[in-house]
Amino acid sequence: MSGTSIRFEPDDTFNAFLTVCKRPTHTGGKLAGVAVAVKDNISTRGIETTCASRILKGYVPPYDAHVVELLRKSGAAIAGKTNMDEFGMGTTTENSAFGPTLNPCDTGRVPGGSSGGSAAAIASGMVRMALGTDTGGSIRCPAAFCGITGLKPSYGRVSRYGLIAYANSLEQVGPMGRTVSDVSTLMQVIAGYDRHDSTSLNKPYTHTPHAEIKGLKIGIPEEYFGEGVDPKVAASVKIAIGRLEELGATTVPCSIPSMEYALAAYYVTCTCEASSNLARFDGVRYGPAADTKKPWHEAYQEVRRAGFGTEVRRRIMLGTFALSSGYYGKYYAKAQVARENVRKDFQRIFADVDVIAGPTMPTIAFRLCEKSDPLSMYLADILTVPANLAGIPAISVPCGKADGMPVGLQIMGRHFEDERVIDVAYAYEQAVI
Amino acid sequence: MVSEKDVQHIAELADVGISSGELGTFTHQFNEILEYFDQLDAVKGDAAAIKDLYNVMREDEIEPSLPQEEVLRNAPAQEDGFIRAPRVM
Repeated sequence: MSGTSIRFEPDDTFNAFLTVCKRPTHTGGKLAGVAVAVKDNISTRGIETTCASRILKGYVPPYDAHVVELLRKSGAAIAGKTNMDEFGMGTTTENSAFGPTLNPCDTGRVPGGSSGGSAAAIASGMVRMALGTDTGGSIRCPAAFCGITGLKPSYGRVSRYGLIAYANSLEQVGPMGRTVSDVSTLMQVIAGYDRHDSTSLNKPYTHTPHAEIKGLKIGIPEEYFGEGVDPKVAASVKIAIGRLEELGATTVPCSIPSMEYALAAYYVTCTCEASSNLARFDGVRYGPAADTKKPWHEAYQEVRRAGFGTEVRRRIMLGTFALSSGYYGKYYAKAQVARENVRKDFQRIFADVDVIAGPTMPTIAFRLCEKSDPLSMYLADILTVPANLAGIPAISVPCGKADGMPVGLQIMGRHFEDERVIDVAYAYEQAVI
Repeated sequence: MVSEKDVQHIAELADVGISSGELGTFTHQFNEILEYFDQLDAVKGDAAAIKDLYNVMREDEIEPSLPQEEVLRNAPAQEDGFIRAPRVM
């Protein structure tokens, strides 16, 4: 590649990076010379891409993901690949095969997940912006836990071509940054139509953040302040919503009754999709070699047992079970009905309000090893999964602290109104700077 | 409730392998998670109404693709420009 290069040699004491590119080259453009980190489940031509899994150790993609191609065209310097929960499966980045990332705000705590490396790289000042991916909160959770900003775009606005798939119907690549302006700038670069992704829509993002929210109507769902939400987190978020009212917004209470089944619907859907997507990792086309002298089931089982971590195998098995004969109707079909109910609830609420606001996460960042039981870890995703089930845009912006740790304010918007959630987050950020 | 035997069977179907040492923990966690999933039984209706969705099609035209050596670069076992796979029969 032509162009100049930058020097990138961060002191990565947080294990935020799996691969560092010390002399990344770049061209001219909107992001000329800006070091941008990329989550390790996004394909980068010539740069090892592992999804934080042993099964992809040494894999060097022969092509760029569409978003990476756009980054390069914008002049960005690809600074490295960031740590994550293996294949995006987790809420803490502890499920990485290459060790956990530490939270720069308190190294005894997790950075959140699964895009924990990207969030920690920004929070510690190693990079200004990074790409993450969000299947059930994986951009917003680490943004909230590390005190930075992250947007899960509307489904279809950013190409998934070259994103190593975990749960296609839920996940989106999205921008993370220290400020709302940086998130918006990165969104300008990565959004737009890509014919290589059949779910891509022709909805480019050319917006510049605008802090005017007078007359905006904000829905406050009771479920986001109910049981399981740390009262100190809820208090920080309520103060932030008060700030938005001072800026001229009005608030109305609302309710999302479908949330009762949202988490179960999410986990059934994502494990089912994962069980199919991850079938491709068999040690034949990439990854550690399968023993070609053995019968194929035996050879594959050996490679996959050694190559996948426990959580990945658990989710593949759960999905396999939920889709197996006799159980499809009980689990997958019901999950899709529950998912449609979430969409309908949002549609009903958005007929009356412009955005919905609440906490991003029910608690502050967990201590390392605090969530050892899988189900209790899943339950932490309750406030982020609704936006993925419905495909709507949602942003997390820092709003104060609880027990000394950052809290995230989550703003969700109507389909394709990413601009509006950016504006609300920007208005809040500008008011508290 | 699923038994250790069921979990063993699922691990085989999914080709992920499972050791006897893991079987107890996996089965316990599986049952806890499935019990949580069982709340979906209360959701009314059997199938979600599919609307506002359409297929995106294109002509099946030959376009430039990656050279063979790049495609094979990550394959751990190769022979005569092909990928070697475990035996199926």
